[in-house]
Amino acid sequence: MKINRLLEVLEGELVCGEQFLEKEVAWGFASDLMSDVLTLDTDKLVLVTGLNNLQTIRTAEVADIECIVFVRNKKVLPPMIAIAQEHEMVLIECRYSMFGAVARLHEAGLKPVY
Amino acid sequence: MKFKYEIEGGNFSKAGNASSAVKKILKQLNVPPATIKKLVVALYEGEVNVVAHAWNGCIYVDIDPDRIFVTIEDEGPGIPDIGQAMQEGYSTASQAVREMGFGAGMGLSNMKKNADLLNIKSEVGKGTTVEITTLLK
Repeated sequence: MKINRLLEVLEGELVCGEQFLEKEVAWGFASDLMSDVLTLDTDKLVLVTGLNNLQTIRTAEVADIECIVFVRNKKVLPPMIAIAQEHEMVLIECRYSMFGAVARLHEAGLKPVY
Repeated sequence: MKFKYEIEGGNFSKAGNASSAVKKILKQLNVPPATIKKLVVALYEGEVNVVAHAWNGCIYVDIDPDRIFVTIEDEGPGIPDIGQAMQEGYSTASQAVREMGFGAGMGLSNMKKNADLLNIKSEVGKGTTVEITTLLK
């Protein structure tokens, strides 16, 4: 699935990374626990989270995750955007709960990591 | 090639800066991406541990053609029982650390998974030294 499609499915708000919307993502992982995210070894992964702090972005950087969806109307903070842009990430905000967002993404074809 | 980074205990806004800098260097050196990811995940877990538990610390990175050797040294409370700390789910992290998305007791076991060699020494009341070796050949 292209990130563009993911944005549509979630009726999301794009925060940064407009130039990367044509990139493909295949797998989804939803967690507010960054320790769990760090145990993954999956490429083309979208992280769905409600944790809006700098460590979310650092974790994504370390784990080579290029797209993060923030659920439950959590707002991305300016210092997070700066690091995300440096590492060519797409950040998306959406109003759905984590369950709601995951259900929509799964229906649209995004696969679970396990 | 040798590099040194300082870590401030308790300062979560800077947690990950050193790991990010090391990742950048390894990319420039054309280290394979899968190897970079393993090392940097282990290093970041270690860096977060220092920020979460210690007063201050230092990361030393030594790169040669055969291996990358990282030492994470901190001054802090130390680990009374390393075997217990290595168990998944065991954690002494504060609520503040948990709110940052960590502190679930998975850090050390994930470091072990991602390092070719992991060595931990600790003295209660003084601090902890973690050595990570990643083989390049």
